[in-house]
Amino acid sequence: MYRLYGMPTAWREMERIRREMNRLFDTGPDRLLRQAAAFPPMNIWSSDEGLVVTAEIPGVNVDDLEITVVNETLTLKGQRAADEINENSRYHRRERGQGRFARSIQLPFPVNSGEVDANMKDGVLYVSLPRAEEDKPRKITVKGS
Amino acid sequence: MTEEKAIELQKEQVPVAEGTEPTRECQCFVPRADIYETPDSIVVVTDMPGVTAESLDVTLEKNILTINGYVSRMEMPGYGLTWAEYEVGDYQRRFTLSDEVDRDGIEAVMKDGVLRLYLPKAKAAQTRKIDVKVG
Repeated sequence: MYRLYGMPTAWREMERIRREMNRLFDTGPDRLLRQAAAFPPMNIWSSDEGLVVTAEIPGVNVDDLEITVVNETLTLKGQRAADEINENSRYHRRERGQGRFARSIQLPFPVNSGEVDANMKDGVLYVSLPRAEEDKPRKITVKGS
Repeated sequence: MTEEKAIELQKEQVPVAEGTEPTRECQCFVPRADIYETPDSIVVVTDMPGVTAESLDVTLEKNILTINGYVSRMEMPGYGLTWAEYEVGDYQRRFTLSDEVDRDGIEAVMKDGVLRLYLPKAKAAQTRKIDVKVG
């Protein structure tokens, strides 16, 4: 920036394009999106009161799902069964995976494990984890003199 | 079939056709599908998490079977999305059917975010066992 005034016009134009490109890459909608380390990919919503973890696990039976919270780690275990087909049937196309999965994720703050609540709706899992009482942010009032 | 396939992590986006624009302002994904054939029907199984029976639209026009699933964007008042590994979006996929499907008998079942389409084979297409006589 400080030497911009001494630059020839073409360079200045290049510099402008470079900055424009950086801005595009930095602010795209994918900026927040990260690659999941294992199945299932999870989204984490947070507020001062707690967290909500969501995961898309279509076709997983609630009975086959195991959710545990130990300290600040949330673990999700489960399995998805394939359709049972007999010897008279055959697959034409097979893209959906199946089998067991297990994944642990580190939570950003301690949660009250006694009040963790999980819901499954249309193949989407919602786990709500209230923040531990002692960890909640306290508002500090500033006294005027 | 004992072979196991790992569950895929990433969703595949529907390519936007050249010269057109999507009318809904959110992502659209291709749902992963299994297709298997039993002696009397063809079963299409697709993963569409977040889609309910009401927000699902299955149409058959000529030979093209179109599956559309609409997902409403998640709203969490007071919460902010701080970590994201997947995106929420609609689902769309098309299949071309052969003539051997009995169109009136098609059934769709939506359960736990998985759609199962049962396409019964037309009577003529069902396999017949032919006895070979020894001459």
